[in-house]
Amino acid sequence: MNLNEYISSGILELYVYGALPEEESIEVTKELKKHPEILKEVEEIEDALTQLSTAAAPYNPEALLSSIQQKISDKNHSGVIDHPAKQKKNNLVLYISWAASIALLIGLISVINQRNELRDNINSISATNAQLEEQIDEAQNDAEKTKQLLEVFRDKDIITVPLDGQQVAPEAYAAIHWDVETNQVYVDAKELPTPPEGKEYQVWSLTLEPLTPTSIGLLSNFNEDDNKIFILENPNSSQAFGITLEPKGGSETPTMEQLYTLGVVKNS
Amino acid sequence: MQEQPDGLIAELQAKNPKAFERIYERYSESTFGVINSIVHDKHTSEEILQDVFIKIWNNAESYNSSKGRFFTWVLNIARNAAIDKTRSKAYKNKKKNLTAEYFVDIIEEKTNLSSKVDAIGIKKYIKALKPYCKKIINLLYFQGFTQAEASEELDMPLGTIKTRNRNCMNKLREILTT
Repeated sequence: MNLNEYISSGILELYVYGALPEEESIEVTKELKKHPEILKEVEEIEDALTQLSTAAAPYNPEALLSSIQQKISDKNHSGVIDHPAKQKKNNLVLYISWAASIALLIGLISVINQRNELRDNINSISATNAQLEEQIDEAQNDAEKTKQLLEVFRDKDIITVPLDGQQVAPEAYAAIHWDVETNQVYVDAKELPTPPEGKEYQVWSLTLEPLTPTSIGLLSNFNEDDNKIFILENPNSSQAFGITLEPKGGSETPTMEQLYTLGVVKNS
Repeated sequence: MQEQPDGLIAELQAKNPKAFERIYERYSESTFGVINSIVHDKHTSEEILQDVFIKIWNNAESYNSSKGRFFTWVLNIARNAAIDKTRSKAYKNKKKNLTAEYFVDIIEEKTNLSSKVDAIGIKKYIKALKPYCKKIINLLYFQGFTQAEASEELDMPLGTIKTRNRNCMNKLREILTT
């Protein structure tokens, strides 16, 4: 903190006036205890104000002191001369009113608590509601998709090609459902292992003599896709399909050592 | 320059009557001046001053040095008591045609300034005091306005109030120390 800036900001005058909010006053008091320069400034301000207001006094009120002291001692004694009986009655009334106040207070607090609990309940129920609505929405979407897929698979014009696991992944399996009419390929990749970080599967259409691979697309966002069915375009007259694991973004030509599954189109 | 008498204040809080006398000696005349600047009536000011010091005696333990100066604590009690009085009907009927910056009038009119005061300095200061200084000091110090309230009353930005007040006070200190 820059002491000069702090002092010349004018905050200390307001502090002495009592014009600052309580939290700010507490802050200033802390600074003043740390820095003698600030304390000195505050004392000078106080001194100037004392002189200014002393000048506005009608006279020095020394003579009023004894009258004040008299009033103070009168007040201190006045408590003792109260009649005992009167005091007892007062006490009873006092107890009853205290008891009533406390009972009322307890009642109020419990009403407030109940109200707060109810409000919390309403909040959590509406949160659950929102979640459920989202889930219903998702379920509806899924159902819609599943229905579409079912229709595709039942279509007799669809060519289904099972792709079996190869050397790198004997357990792997995939299926291609190829709609020759629309050139769409549905890749069912549920039995493929999850690709490692930075890699993704690439699907190839192959013609066999000579062996020519043509990329038809990537199985991007493999993890996020729940049903693991990917729709790609295939305008080629494919004789076989293969899936390889490639660096993210795909490759120009398939990395044959990373060939996961392969299958031949039967009726070609 | 006087330091805040912390030891004396502690004794006051312990209800030591001697400490009360010394606190009275130290703070009564300036407090009287603050009250008089608000009510502008000698007899009313005397009444209020007595009430204020009875309150100081009775409530001394409620003074908390971490929240501010003892000077400020006393000032607040005095201002509140005096302002309460000015709101009473009887008072309003009595006082009508007075300018708002009473402290200026009072000091200008006064001939015998207390020995505690640099009389020449104060008179000189009041004479040289800019009109906005009169207003700002009156509102913030004598009337106990907050910075925001003074800013609204004088139609001045909050920061301007703070820096102008500082300048007005610096002038006073300059004159008093030369």
